[in-house]
Amino acid sequence: MRRAARHHSSVSEELEVIAPSKLAIENVSKSFQSASGTVLALDRVSLNVAEGEFVCLVGASGCGKSTLLNIIAGLEKPDSGTVRADGKPVTGPGRERLVMFQEPALFPWLDVFGNVLFGLKLKPTLTNKDRRDVAKYYLELVGLSRFEHANIHELSGGMKQRVSLARALAPNPRVLLMDEPFAALDALTREQLYGDIQEIWSARRKTIVFVTHNVREAACLGDRVLLFSPHPGRIHEEFPVKLPRPRDINTVDLAAYATRITKALRSLGQAEAIGAR
Amino acid sequence: MKRFLLAAAFFAALVLLWEAAFRARIWSPVLLPSPWQVASYLKNAAVDGTLAKATVITMRRLLIGYFIGLVVGLPLGLLTARWKLFGDTIGTMALGLQTLPSVCWVPLALLWFGQTEAAMLFVVVMGTLWSVVIATETGVRNVPPIYRRAALTMGSKRLHMWFKVILPAALPFIVSGMKQGWAFAWRSLMAAEIFVTILTGFGLGQLLHYGRELSAMDQVIAIMLVIVVIGLLADKIFFSPIEKFLHRRWGTSQA
Repeated sequence: MRRAARHHSSVSEELEVIAPSKLAIENVSKSFQSASGTVLALDRVSLNVAEGEFVCLVGASGCGKSTLLNIIAGLEKPDSGTVRADGKPVTGPGRERLVMFQEPALFPWLDVFGNVLFGLKLKPTLTNKDRRDVAKYYLELVGLSRFEHANIHELSGGMKQRVSLARALAPNPRVLLMDEPFAALDALTREQLYGDIQEIWSARRKTIVFVTHNVREAACLGDRVLLFSPHPGRIHEEFPVKLPRPRDINTVDLAAYATRITKALRSLGQAEAIGAR
Repeated sequence: MKRFLLAAAFFAALVLLWEAAFRARIWSPVLLPSPWQVASYLKNAAVDGTLAKATVITMRRLLIGYFIGLVVGLPLGLLTARWKLFGDTIGTMALGLQTLPSVCWVPLALLWFGQTEAAMLFVVVMGTLWSVVIATETGVRNVPPIYRRAALTMGSKRLHMWFKVILPAALPFIVSGMKQGWAFAWRSLMAAEIFVTILTGFGLGQLLHYGRELSAMDQVIAIMLVIVVIGLLADKIFFSPIEKFLHRRWGTSQA
């Protein structure tokens, strides 16, 4: 991936690498009503994420990790507890914390460029030319400059997620929340994106919270991997990953980390199975 | 080009068949005039201006009524999709009234408005309105929630959300509703014009009606042709490009 060429002053201001946020999640609980009764998706979860940290949340499906992500995004409200970004309580969605979803969620009525522009148009301080320049910069960053005017349905799954990433990066958020963004992609595309996301993360300095059920993926990307236990959703164990970056998912060291986490995940599953008996 | 030639050959064959039927005298020439008689009626009507005048009058009624139907129908559809109260009331009413063939509005319009332009407009509006309301409602309800969520995180809300996310996302539904509304409006206007002879202007339907009164079959067929051509043109000029755009953007089947 190439870095975009020089831009004039107001754009370079917009493209400045801004300080990533510190996230403080305190005692967050959330329950849902389901057919079989009340489900405690999150039970007094507390978590601190440092500025510019890459944190991965792993766990079986239904363990509340996506719910936590949505709460950090402000898309859902916790029943109790607080989420603070840079000390300020999160009360609703906002563009300092952008989300990348598992489905690309790109708007089919806009072309690739229009999609990246969407969030920028909601920033009132920019001129239209600035917006276009910024959008171009991020499309180049994700390597899709040539597809500026392509329609969304013409893109492959991997390209869609790249556009999605460019769209999330464009408004220059302090936090990037990623909800299994690569789960629907083939292995080859995924491995390419692991490289890209690490590169972009170090270039753009974002705080990233990344939800996945893929342990290897978590070990490859995260500074820390947090293992969630389901019913009720809690943070069960924490694994700092101390490997140099950029990391390759196919190394032995990384596999060792992944094995440790997988073992913990498995014992959790067994514990739950025993508990259910 | 090949497709065009084939189509041209098809229509030429149709006219030839018609001419042959005329020459064979299977039916009385009063009932089945030759294509040339119809053509000559068309030519005369075009030259003396009757045709243009009638077309303008009809199109004016149609466009004004259709426009009112859209302007009222779109917001109503949005309201019914947004608030349960509107959905339960106006939504249900729209669903019911949409099943009513729009010709059925003609007697009521006549009694309410008499032999006036207002009666014509009313029928056209009723033909358009309910289809548009229902299509808009369905379209909005079918917008994937993920679009809303994605837009929310980027700072879109209220009006911006409606105009930049929900309406565009619902566009394929809305356009097909507009098309259906157009078809209903066109049909009901023709019915109204045939039933109602009003003094404010002779539309195409009225020309058709007088063709029957005078047993002028060439006029009847000629006007029918004009009506068909207008319908086709509306489709080709107005709806086709929009639909093509939607198909291209959304990647839905190419028509």
